[in-house]
Amino acid sequence: MEEFIKIENVYFSYDESEEGKSFALSGIDLTINRGEFVAVVGHNGCGKSTLAKHLNSLYIPTTGDIFVDGINTKDDDRLFEIRKKVGLVLQNPDNQIVAGIVEEDVAFGCENLGIPSKEIRKRVDNALKAVDMYEYRTHSPDKLSGGQKQRIAIAGIIAMEPECIVLDEPTAMLDPQGREEVMTTITRLNKELGITIVLITHYMEEAVTADRVVMMDGGKVLLSGKPKEVFSKVELLRKHRLNVPQATELIYRLKGCGYDLPGGILNEEECVQALLECMKKRGERSVGIKG
Amino acid sequence: MVREITLGQYMPGKSFLHKIDPRTKTVLLIAYIVFIFLCRNFISLLIMSLFSLLVIFMTKISFMKYLKSLRMILFVIILTGFFNIFYGSGEVLWQWQQLKITSGGLINAAFVIVRISMLMMVSSVLTYTTSPTDLTDGLERLMKPLKIFHVKVHEIAMMMTIALRFIPVLLEETDKIMNAQKARGADMESGNLIKRVKSLIPVLIPLFVSAFRRAGDLATAMECRCYNGDKNRTRMKVLHFSIKDLIALLGCLVVFAAVIVGNMYFPAVI
Repeated sequence: MEEFIKIENVYFSYDESEEGKSFALSGIDLTINRGEFVAVVGHNGCGKSTLAKHLNSLYIPTTGDIFVDGINTKDDDRLFEIRKKVGLVLQNPDNQIVAGIVEEDVAFGCENLGIPSKEIRKRVDNALKAVDMYEYRTHSPDKLSGGQKQRIAIAGIIAMEPECIVLDEPTAMLDPQGREEVMTTITRLNKELGITIVLITHYMEEAVTADRVVMMDGGKVLLSGKPKEVFSKVELLRKHRLNVPQATELIYRLKGCGYDLPGGILNEEECVQALLECMKKRGERSVGIKG
Repeated sequence: MVREITLGQYMPGKSFLHKIDPRTKTVLLIAYIVFIFLCRNFISLLIMSLFSLLVIFMTKISFMKYLKSLRMILFVIILTGFFNIFYGSGEVLWQWQQLKITSGGLINAAFVIVRISMLMMVSSVLTYTTSPTDLTDGLERLMKPLKIFHVKVHEIAMMMTIALRFIPVLLEETDKIMNAQKARGADMESGNLIKRVKSLIPVLIPLFVSAFRRAGDLATAMECRCYNGDKNRTRMKVLHFSIKDLIALLGCLVVFAAVIVGNMYFPAVI
């Protein structure tokens, strides 16, 4: 796979006055490939949101470099080029909608890029269809639900045709239904349009659907790998006070009690399947003993 | 309660008035305001009133919405009407020391009430039938000549767009904070005026804090979407005049001409 974002030994401190005081990011090395769906997880204050704001040059590393498609984020002259490639969706949908009409808000980014109006119209319609909000195009955003507003915010980014979308806890302020709407949309954008997705979240259940999970703690990357690999290291995650998906937790505890179960269980279906097989095996054995 | 304010609320629709260019509407509204104050007798005022009602009817928006917009300034209407009764010359109808009600004063009051009500309702026509973005876009274009005097036209228009967008958001937030403070035992409905104003402080401070936080977030979001002032900026909806604008313009000209004729051929009463 082709490298898209390359983060090289990045340190970042909010405190500009004194060097080496406290770092929000301390020595991050990470590569994000084109077309990949990466979930970045960790608890509050681990630096995951700070990292997100580095990816489109809102923050500049104190030391170290970040390359987006070969462009250094420190390069001020190519700032808009970077922001065009990497779109950022924030947590609160209310605070990122600029205009009072849905379609006009979606058009905002394109208008800033100086795209001809006919082309904007086409892009806006396509973006709204991609997030399944086309029928609401003339509505006012105030009357929409949180999930719908967040999808509008995503559409505003898609209309700029980015190669990568970074979402900074997009579901944190939504109800379960809104959360599902947004997750379905993100997954579809990744699978159908091939957009690289970096999802910052603290819901382990959301991270499970990604191609790769990056665990962060204390401004460092703790673990990086396929969801199965990362979540099988339950002890390590426990040590860093990080949760695992409920299904994984259940299987882990049962294994601790001596049941013969496979590792790397991530969701409910897999969990049920594993439990069924385990029970079948035990059943056979007990029948065997009796016979 | 705070959510009942209807000023500046766009109601999407497909009427003739919705389709007119916002610039035409703005200019015609200004001309309308001038002419409603030019009416000098009942004939002219009647022409303007009938015209106003026709325009309101043409928007296909319920008349109740317009009455609601009037309710907001009801106090102002009553007050100015009341004071005008005592101001004016003509036959004295009632007198108490220096204070006297004259026939001229009564006519003055009637004129003022009709003028302000019509003004408010027809101004609402503009905000009801024009989307906030269209409205500010139109204003931006109209004010463009001011750029020579280094007026930041685009920035002003952008501020207006954002203000209009966040009015409902902040109103909702005010409601929430008020409820939160009430839940902690805050009393906002009793006591004298000073006490009540003081009791609003615990509402206003969190509201300001949240507004600043929202502003910070919005700035980040705008930066993410490559906002760079009006440098190199295009628009999705390009405004252009159509035959409809010409019809509206001619229609208004006829009415305004009728007002002038009415003023000339009938005796002025104020």
